[in-house]
Amino acid sequence: MKPLNSTERFSLGRLFDARLLPLLITLALFLLMFGYGSVAYRGFFSLQVFLNLFIDNAFLLIVAVGMTFVVISGGIDLSVGGVVAVTTMISATLIQNHHLSLWVVTPLVLGMGALFGAFQGVLIQYFRLQPFIVTLGGLFLTRGLCFLINIESITITDPVYTSLAEYRFAIFGCFVSANVVIALVVFAVAIWLAHYSTFGRVIYAIGGNERSAMLMGLPVARTKVLVYTLSGFCAALGGVTFTFYMLSGYGLHAQGMELDALAATVIGGTLLTGGVGYITGTLFGVMILGVIQTLITFDGTLSSWWTRIAIGALLCIFCVMQRLLERHSTGKKRDSIGHQKGVKAAPPARQPEAASLGPNLTLEQPHGV
Amino acid sequence: MNQTSNTGGMRARGAALARHPLFLPLLALVALLLLNRAFNPHFFQIVNQDGHWFGSLIDILNRASPLALVALGMTPVIATRGVDVSVGAVVAISAATAAVLIGGQMHIVNGVETYASNVPMSVAILAALGVGLLCGLWNGTLVAWVGMQPIIATLILMVAGRGIAQLLTAGQIVTIYYQPYFYLGAGYLFGLPFAVYLVAAVLGLLWWLMKHTALGLFITAIGINPVASGFAGIKARTITLCVYAFCGLSAGLAGLLISSNVKSADGNNAGLLMELDAILAVTLGGTSLGGGHFSLIGTLIGALIIQTLTYTTYSIGVPPEANLVVKAIVVFVVCVTQSDVVKKLVIRERMTLEGGR
Amino acid sequence: MNANTPLPAAPALPILHMRGIDKRFPGVHALKNVEFRLFPGEVHTLMGQNGAGKSTLIKVLTGVHPADAGEITLAGQQVHLTAPEAAEAAGIRTVYQEVNLCPNLSVAENIYIGRFPKRAGRIDWATLNRAAADLLAGLALHIDVTRPLNTYPIAVQQMVAIARALSVDARILILDEPTSSLDEDEVQKLFTVLRQLKARGMAILFVTHFLEQTYGISDRITVLRNGELEGEYRVDELPRLTLIHKMVGRQIDLESLNQPQANAATAGETFLNARDAGHSGGVQGLDLEIRAGEVLGLGGLLGSGRTETARLLFGVDGCDSGQLAVGGKQAHFKSPHDAIQHGIGYCPEDRKTEGIIADLSVRENIILALQAKRGLFRYLPKKRQYAIADEYIKQLGIKTPDADRPIGLLSGGNQQKALLARWMATDPKMLILDEPTRGIDVAAKLEIMDQVLALTRKGLAILFISSEMGEVVRVSHRIAVLRDRRKVGELPAGSVDEQAVFQLIAGGEQ
Repeated sequence: MKPLNSTERFSLGRLFDARLLPLLITLALFLLMFGYGSVAYRGFFSLQVFLNLFIDNAFLLIVAVGMTFVVISGGIDLSVGGVVAVTTMISATLIQNHHLSLWVVTPLVLGMGALFGAFQGVLIQYFRLQPFIVTLGGLFLTRGLCFLINIESITITDPVYTSLAEYRFAIFGCFVSANVVIALVVFAVAIWLAHYSTFGRVIYAIGGNERSAMLMGLPVARTKVLVYTLSGFCAALGGVTFTFYMLSGYGLHAQGMELDALAATVIGGTLLTGGVGYITGTLFGVMILGVIQTLITFDGTLSSWWTRIAIGALLCIFCVMQRLLERHSTGKKRDSIGHQKGVKAAPPARQPEAASLGPNLTLEQPHGV
Repeated sequence: MNQTSNTGGMRARGAALARHPLFLPLLALVALLLLNRAFNPHFFQIVNQDGHWFGSLIDILNRASPLALVALGMTPVIATRGVDVSVGAVVAISAATAAVLIGGQMHIVNGVETYASNVPMSVAILAALGVGLLCGLWNGTLVAWVGMQPIIATLILMVAGRGIAQLLTAGQIVTIYYQPYFYLGAGYLFGLPFAVYLVAAVLGLLWWLMKHTALGLFITAIGINPVASGFAGIKARTITLCVYAFCGLSAGLAGLLISSNVKSADGNNAGLLMELDAILAVTLGGTSLGGGHFSLIGTLIGALIIQTLTYTTYSIGVPPEANLVVKAIVVFVVCVTQSDVVKKLVIRERMTLEGGR
Repeated sequence: MNANTPLPAAPALPILHMRGIDKRFPGVHALKNVEFRLFPGEVHTLMGQNGAGKSTLIKVLTGVHPADAGEITLAGQQVHLTAPEAAEAAGIRTVYQEVNLCPNLSVAENIYIGRFPKRAGRIDWATLNRAAADLLAGLALHIDVTRPLNTYPIAVQQMVAIARALSVDARILILDEPTSSLDEDEVQKLFTVLRQLKARGMAILFVTHFLEQTYGISDRITVLRNGELEGEYRVDELPRLTLIHKMVGRQIDLESLNQPQANAATAGETFLNARDAGHSGGVQGLDLEIRAGEVLGLGGLLGSGRTETARLLFGVDGCDSGQLAVGGKQAHFKSPHDAIQHGIGYCPEDRKTEGIIADLSVRENIILALQAKRGLFRYLPKKRQYAIADEYIKQLGIKTPDADRPIGLLSGGNQQKALLARWMATDPKMLILDEPTRGIDVAAKLEIMDQVLALTRKGLAILFISSEMGEVVRVSHRIAVLRDRRKVGELPAGSVDEQAVFQLIAGGEQ
């Protein structure tokens, strides 16, 4: 389930890493919910229902992947829902009203999304602004732009577009849409970025300790701008797939998607304080949101607003859990910070931490590479 | 600055005035009002009809009231380095509570229209305010006692809150038929909208608390350095909790005003994006998002700027949707000018200017 | 290679030459026209008191705080070190006192991040981990390099930081107090590595407070004082006592430092009594008695639990075992607020983050604790506030143009005095002073100590904490000695000298 890098493959000890706990809980929760649905509702346990989770949430996965990188770097991007909406709007307008080709429009909107992300990144990095206020502004701007373009919803009837959107890939007698393929490619690239590229590791480093990352000579400024660029790009790609899904452009599309993406990220085990996070976890976070919706649909008696409440409750539980884990580890850390401050005129002393070095080593060595 | 002549002294006084934190917000408000005057010669006109004052300015005051209430509640929260992004959802919950409890039918008894509410109006109002307070306490508990980042803690209620509001209204837009309730959002007292008095009362209460108790000092201290404040004996957790509770309460009050004004409650759209407007109002008023010193009057001016901006976009014929874009640009401009980078540049400029003399 | 060549004639061309370096921060002129030279194949120690400008000079050299004026040449070529990246690119590697690594990344990543071995466009984790393990083995450290850094103790993290610096061919290695968290063995290991590097021609800039280490490894010493260059010396030309004189500046201060000042005071009744008190994760089983009118010194090394004791007695960390009694009555401190109500005040060690509230005025900072003690609703009228602030500004000689100046703009010594005023305004019965003289120039230091002693004569109880043992011995009437977060002994008034304290710390019999 985790990206297979050797740091994780060989070490049994990692399984008991407290920070992996949220991810394991997420996985268990997903299985539990899917299992409950399978028992409770006729026709729930099928490959197609499972695949539908991907079909109905492909765009969310793409957006959430971008969000995950931002959160790992210690930031937040609240503009993604607006970027998705404005992308559907621009795509629909250009294709439907100006009859431009899909192959011209798509690269154009992707470029615009990336550029917009970069703009936000520059404001955050070079003007030292808080990410949440900048991206809130970004949300205003993108939503407003939608309505400046058109207040109405624009339905796409372009044959190339609709045929692509309706194309289905068959799997074992079931099917998935092109969106799913795009989302899975994004997912794979994201794993490579996060775990096998310097760029990704620098993002983790910045989230762990930005000052240290800077003192280590890492390209902090460039990376931070690029993270928001990446998120803008992912949001635009999410918008493109959302257009495929809805076959329309509308300013009220994807309302609250920034919250869904953030919830999926957090439920997937990414720490909101930055530095720790898993792309795979985000996938499961998205799946959980999907399962909640599917359960409510299958149930039929529950109303749609229960989705919001359930997501809020899950978000709350995971946030509190994160906070408790964090408090647990900083409780240990505070003592050590106290010891970092130098003795001035006294001879050096062995410290309690150093004294505990022995047992630690004997504990760890069996897991060594 | 060394003044040797009278003109120098005057210039210095002018410069000091220009440096006053409220100078820029006021200037922006005045500029906006004048812009409106340019498009509409009757903009400043206020006429008295049946003892009620009417006019664009009164209209702006009235419509800015809910936002002003929410923003006033938000100001102390932001001063303690926090933020409450759930206020829009709390507005919706409070509005839904009031609407469901009051509801009301119109009976025609002996040819006279009479109105009845489901529960007494006072109970409904207290319940709606209580729900707002409860929401605030929930946020405050997560921030002060669980120790979550404010944006995350309040995000939870922002996500779940709309669901709760819809749960209360069963997904419907609940219409209110109980006439006396409308006084809250649309009534007049001594010729002015009743809502204006509510805002004045809340502002007055906050003002008194800040100036005649140590609350202002404590909030500012917590915002600047929470750890050191605790070491000086300030009960930071309790104060933080109270600040969020008050924010919830004022959002609840705003919810009452809005539901009374539109005579209905819509769980989905009541108070939509209000958290952003409120944060923007506070920032426009010169309170830094980094916490510390804050200005209540500034926040009020900020809320008026936003409402005037909305009014302007309507009156000069720009599509109302452009409002969002204008606000976004205002957010970016205000944040950039407030940023340390720009401040440092300004200070350096001033230093070289003064050093050069 | 530098045999008998008299300074300033250089043995070779310096690899690094900093000239006329000037750096200002708001309110502080940190470096004034400083010159510094570093030659290949030497260990050059930078010395000076706190606030002498050592860290600022290092930060100029590493590009963290680019200099306002002056030039830096590397191997004869002028360079502009405007960012840490620029310094890294120029071959300058730094190990800081605090471990500046990323706690969430693995040990191996921390060593190689930015220079990952790649294969087929992806990070080659196997090679990376092997290389990291080998490198650490060279420093005699055998650990699992795939685990996150924060699962290891600080000493290991510090060695990882050094390994990172050594992992590339550096021309200049800067070690900024890297030894403060290492034990004697580890220091010797580090020195062995440093000697090897020196033999290979590496230029090493070393910053430390430990005289032993300075004389154990250095070839050359540069002394800074108050942001100015005092001088550059060969280590064999600079006896220890002379070095101390040069660091301190005035010989007169040294003499007064050696003079015991604490008179046998009239110790009054017991004010605070701790019995077997402790906080899980902090100090344990603490028995402490603090009497009115006396100074109780806390002796012990870094990490022995001095600050933890202060936090326990002030209610920052709750007392979860044993008990505290104030004036004979049992007391529960749930927060500093409770301790303050009982008449206790605390000047914390970390003045910036735990003491001052930088953007508030001197007046507000001074009345803050008094106001917190009075509560929310008994707000001090502005007139009273000014009266109180002005009184203490005068009494303690706080240098500020007026009481409305933000305290963050004052110098460290004046901030400390204002903090002292904050507690004096609450009319306390006991004051805890944790490193009250750290980062303060000598004159202000003496003034503050005089104020402290004057307070005890008025019946105040004082718990005094300082890592400068001489200072503790000089002002205290009694000294309680801590080791490993326990009290290991107490020395009564009169018999106190530094040697006795060290014996107790070392665990030897008296």
